[in-house]
Amino acid sequence: MKRLINITTKIGGINLLPVGIAIVALILIGNPSTWLTLTAAGLAMGMMIFLMASGLSLIFGLMDVMNFSHSAFVSFGAFIAASVLAWLSGWNESGSVLLNLLALFSAIGSATLFGMIAGFLFEKIIVKPVYGDHLRQILITVGALIVSEQLILAVWGGSPISVPRPNFLRSSILIGDVSLETYRIFAFGLGLAAFIALRLVLNRTRIGLLVRAGVENREMVEALGFKVERLFVGVFVIGSGLAAMGGAMWAGYETLITPALGAHMMITVFIVVIIGGLGSVEGSLLGALIVGLSGNYMAFLFPKMALATNMIVLLIILMWRPYGLRPAVKL
Amino acid sequence: MSDAILTLDNVYTDIAQYHVLHDISLSIPKGGVHVLLGRNGAGKTTTLRTIMGLWRARAGVIRFQGTDITALHASDIAQMGVAYVPENMGIFGGLTVEENMRLASKTGNFDEVRLKRIYEMFPAIEKFWKSAAWSLSGGQKQMVAIARAIIEHRELILIDEPTKGLAPAIIDNMIEVFHEIAKETTILLVEQNFHFASSLGQTVAVVDDGRVVHRSAMAEFQSDKELQTRLLSLSLDQHQ
Repeated sequence: MKRLINITTKIGGINLLPVGIAIVALILIGNPSTWLTLTAAGLAMGMMIFLMASGLSLIFGLMDVMNFSHSAFVSFGAFIAASVLAWLSGWNESGSVLLNLLALFSAIGSATLFGMIAGFLFEKIIVKPVYGDHLRQILITVGALIVSEQLILAVWGGSPISVPRPNFLRSSILIGDVSLETYRIFAFGLGLAAFIALRLVLNRTRIGLLVRAGVENREMVEALGFKVERLFVGVFVIGSGLAAMGGAMWAGYETLITPALGAHMMITVFIVVIIGGLGSVEGSLLGALIVGLSGNYMAFLFPKMALATNMIVLLIILMWRPYGLRPAVKL
Repeated sequence: MSDAILTLDNVYTDIAQYHVLHDISLSIPKGGVHVLLGRNGAGKTTTLRTIMGLWRARAGVIRFQGTDITALHASDIAQMGVAYVPENMGIFGGLTVEENMRLASKTGNFDEVRLKRIYEMFPAIEKFWKSAAWSLSGGQKQMVAIARAIIEHRELILIDEPTKGLAPAIIDNMIEVFHEIAKETTILLVEQNFHFASSLGQTVAVVDDGRVVHRSAMAEFQSDKELQTRLLSLSLDQHQ
């Protein structure tokens, strides 16, 4: 047993948890092609949730700010992307992959840009006055979530909006008898790229070093001569932009969106942040992949349990590791 | 005192609804080691945190090199050349020793001469340079915390109980290191270990119940056993 633990630690330890879940699922499902389809869906979903969760984790980790309106950026991202795609339907429907890509990147780009600008204003106007006061943070950010949901209702109306995927992402790739949706592959790739970029910034730059240190001990970073509040604005902007990007991708994944999307995703995103460990980008990725995979497997294996999956995962992981899988703060 | 690097005039600090410091006045001369003594809960740590700008003084004036720093942000005070080594050491456990050190230098680069001296003072730092800081022992973490404070020239270093939890052999080593550091800077030291404090300190101030109740040269205080017993109300012999 001890040797087994040693070997697993050497090849990745806790990072192997999603692989372990996938292997158990393969045994339970039995059919490799069904399993592969579910796994691809789970990975794509996990990566989109990661986009939404990573910013929230850093925001909480760095300034201890509880931002319940984080999912408003997800909603706005989804609706803005839907509008841009509808507006660029000529490019979107075209047979040219280049025009498709242009439409797609315009949609994701506008959503992300909106998220960043809105995040900047949101931090300055709503969050800054309530630094250090959790109760007020919860009240005002929940309030902001309600207001933003109403804003979406006012602008886009209450009926569900259909989101056209770009033409080249409507097909599937056939591997043997397994069909993989290209949209899912793209979603996975985008999430992975965001993760790698975040990691590079956090691990290779001085600003990243300051963020990692600030998540652990903000006061000490200040005592070393740095203004963490300024750093935090940057983290908030990036986090909000990523949430909107996640929302944009989610819109294309669901293809039918309603204003309740954000509030619905919020619960999942919070669960991911908690099981991953606060303040840790790697933890968020791990949590998001676990939630994405287990959600898809459970929906297939035990459909009646599907809704409870996230809660069960949360419960098990917190009983095992009360601070989450990979908390940023090491004592 | 005109050659004072740091003065506190009638400083009051509240933490939440509690009045912790009542009328602290201190004058720390430039150069050497100066010690703040006092019982647990007397207000020593609060005094250091107030100087560093981590707690806000409700009243009174704190001057560093003649400049009023009472209302300044901790980061600005640090930029002026004050370093702070908190009681819990403030090590970033998830970062490597190197990253911990890098954060403490303004540019992120090291002055090779200083770094070499630090390696000589604390060989463990060179040995564990690339290791995650959480994996170090308590004594090694304390070394990183102190090295971080001296990786660049600072005018004043505030150090809170550096000997806490350390083995006696390490403490003796630390005395030498502090003597070395104090040659080029000023240290304001909060300490419970009287042997450590008296081997290093030039002046001493005793804080009790948020007030300064005694100020003198260390030699004078050291020779007055009756005063020590009265102010610190513990048998100091066992510490000597």
